[in-house]
Amino acid sequence: MRGALLPPQLTAITSTRAGSLTIFIVRRILWMVPILFFVILITFTLMHLAPGSPWDKAGGRQLSDTVVNNLNIRYGLNKPVPQQFLLYISSVVHFDFGLSYQYQGKTVSGLLLESWPYTATIGVLAFLLIIPVGVGLGVLAALRQNTRVDYITMGFATVAASFPNFVIGALMVVALSVLAYKATGGNFFLPAAGFGVDDHLIMPVVTLALLPIAYTARLTRASTLETIRQDFVRTAWAKGLPERLVVIRHILKNSLIPVVTTLGPTFAFLVTGSVIVETVFSIPGIGRAFVVAIESRDYPMILGTTVLFSLVIAVANLIVDVAYVFIDPRVRLT
Amino acid sequence: MAQTLLQVEDLHTQFFTSRGVVRAVDGITFHVDAGETLGVVGESGCGKTMTALSILRLVPDPGKITSGRILFRGKEVTKMTDEEIRDFRGNDVAMIFQDPMTSLNPVTKIGRQIEEAMTAHERFTETLARGRVIELLKRVRVPAAESRVKDYPHQFSGGMRQRAMIAMGLSNEPSLLIADEPTTALDVTVQAQIIQLMKQLNRELGTAMMLITHNMALVASLCQRVIVMYAGRIVEEGPVEQIFNSPQHPYTWSLLRSVPRVDEARKDRLVSIRGLPPDLSNPPPGCKFHPRCPFVIDKCRTDPEPSLSEVGVNQVARCWVLMRNVTDEGVEAAKASALSKDAAAKLKAPVLEVEGDAGR
Repeated sequence: MRGALLPPQLTAITSTRAGSLTIFIVRRILWMVPILFFVILITFTLMHLAPGSPWDKAGGRQLSDTVVNNLNIRYGLNKPVPQQFLLYISSVVHFDFGLSYQYQGKTVSGLLLESWPYTATIGVLAFLLIIPVGVGLGVLAALRQNTRVDYITMGFATVAASFPNFVIGALMVVALSVLAYKATGGNFFLPAAGFGVDDHLIMPVVTLALLPIAYTARLTRASTLETIRQDFVRTAWAKGLPERLVVIRHILKNSLIPVVTTLGPTFAFLVTGSVIVETVFSIPGIGRAFVVAIESRDYPMILGTTVLFSLVIAVANLIVDVAYVFIDPRVRLT
Repeated sequence: MAQTLLQVEDLHTQFFTSRGVVRAVDGITFHVDAGETLGVVGESGCGKTMTALSILRLVPDPGKITSGRILFRGKEVTKMTDEEIRDFRGNDVAMIFQDPMTSLNPVTKIGRQIEEAMTAHERFTETLARGRVIELLKRVRVPAAESRVKDYPHQFSGGMRQRAMIAMGLSNEPSLLIADEPTTALDVTVQAQIIQLMKQLNRELGTAMMLITHNMALVASLCQRVIVMYAGRIVEEGPVEQIFNSPQHPYTWSLLRSVPRVDEARKDRLVSIRGLPPDLSNPPPGCKFHPRCPFVIDKCRTDPEPSLSEVGVNQVARCWVLMRNVTDEGVEAAKASALSKDAAAKLKAPVLEVEGDAGR
């Protein structure tokens, strides 16, 4: 139907698998424009509805009305809110996210570029840890169902999912920094805070990854157990395939499909930063910057961060949807 | 005498459930000769499929082969090592499963799934196997086999998937092919094609077949010998013509009576077997069929289950009564008793009566 409406050149493209994939990706990227528009609209509205102004706490004292007025005029806050919104949109279209209120003279883009790499590094490393550990533990537990391996793995997953990560983070600091320092006389310990050398990454990455690992392991186990009982797995055994091939080609290839679906949102969750983890380990990341921006009503910073997060989530979901095409031949792109 | 290929002796397969031990296969002894076609019939849940899965040692949890011997060419299957049983499956004995819609891996190409059945065993190298896949698909009449090897199962119809399953089963030229309800999921015209195909393959390749089904017509057209199972036991066994013409066990008789036949006109009503198969975790005492048997006598309830006794040439049955001892009146009474009085009266009454003038 749709093909008939398209010019002939395009119809030819949609008829191939790679062509339809390209069109799907292009369309999804174009969809991001209205999505971002509404994200900005909603954030903008909520932000201005919230009580308080950017100048309430500036400099730690009450500013005089004249100063506040001048600041409002300088940043365009004296204009009606709808006009401010339109002005913001028009500058975003030119990839200009404005100047931060709290850090005088710094652009929002500059601030995001400063803090996001820290967060993204930890997030990506945590993600890379989740795939082998979470999936691995889940598969192991499923293949050894109702044995000690299964009980230990699932027990660990329950504990990891139940403990808040500031508790886990703090406990790790006590054990691996304080106690390890004392026990080894300062020869071995992990730095409790800061960012720079590789050692700094270990504890934040583990703390951040623990909860998603637990969820991924549980999901993988459930999905794998369901697949093991499928008729086609019995067919694979009846063919006389070695166990390794039955597990990889027939069980995992099917049971990991639902796991992949959750990896997109998980990735987005990880690289958008955790305020708690960044606070516990004093990391100058975007999660903390976002919270500070909200507290001080740094409007351009709030909007800039929201736009970045929305983009990350949209792209992560797009990647999952495209990955689906390659792992599940039954999926058709529309 | 043909060479015995498979010998199953006193096989017991039990499921250990929270409700107790379910005796799915309860002491079965039978054999399959090289090149012959054996039919295994019985209602759902009578242990047919579990017998087949036991032969391949694929009984699902919490089931287990608890005792008995399975000899394939004289080799004890139950004592094979992991590697031996792996090489035995699909190579010596292949199985075609019931439901072609769920028995193929949805995310792997059909060609690959057939190919790996061959490469799992030493007989074919990868290149040889790849070429053979197309040949096999052509043999089971999959049109455009060259291009369809690259298809995924969801691109195949039910009949085509069953053909692919058969091609997979035949790929290693096994000595015995176990087909578990190979046509149940298919529509009638496709069923006929599949039956023709299996007949032809049996003739051309000399593959012995064990056909598990509740479809009597299928047994009549394909098998030489029949085993009738009830509640995990064999109740009757014999050559197919004898079983069809003079069944001796009332269960066999009832099974045959419940199949509609066109040639016997419509004078006879179809007779269903009343009641349900027994709970295998708590079977009835005596003959397990006695609660449902139309010819039951006191001995069936009180005495221990009878053993299989010779009732004809190569025909054995497990029954105190035997159909040849039942009079014609007894048979008529049994047919009538299968229907309640109400139901029988209703059947005699016209369905619709119109009275009065055809109003003009």
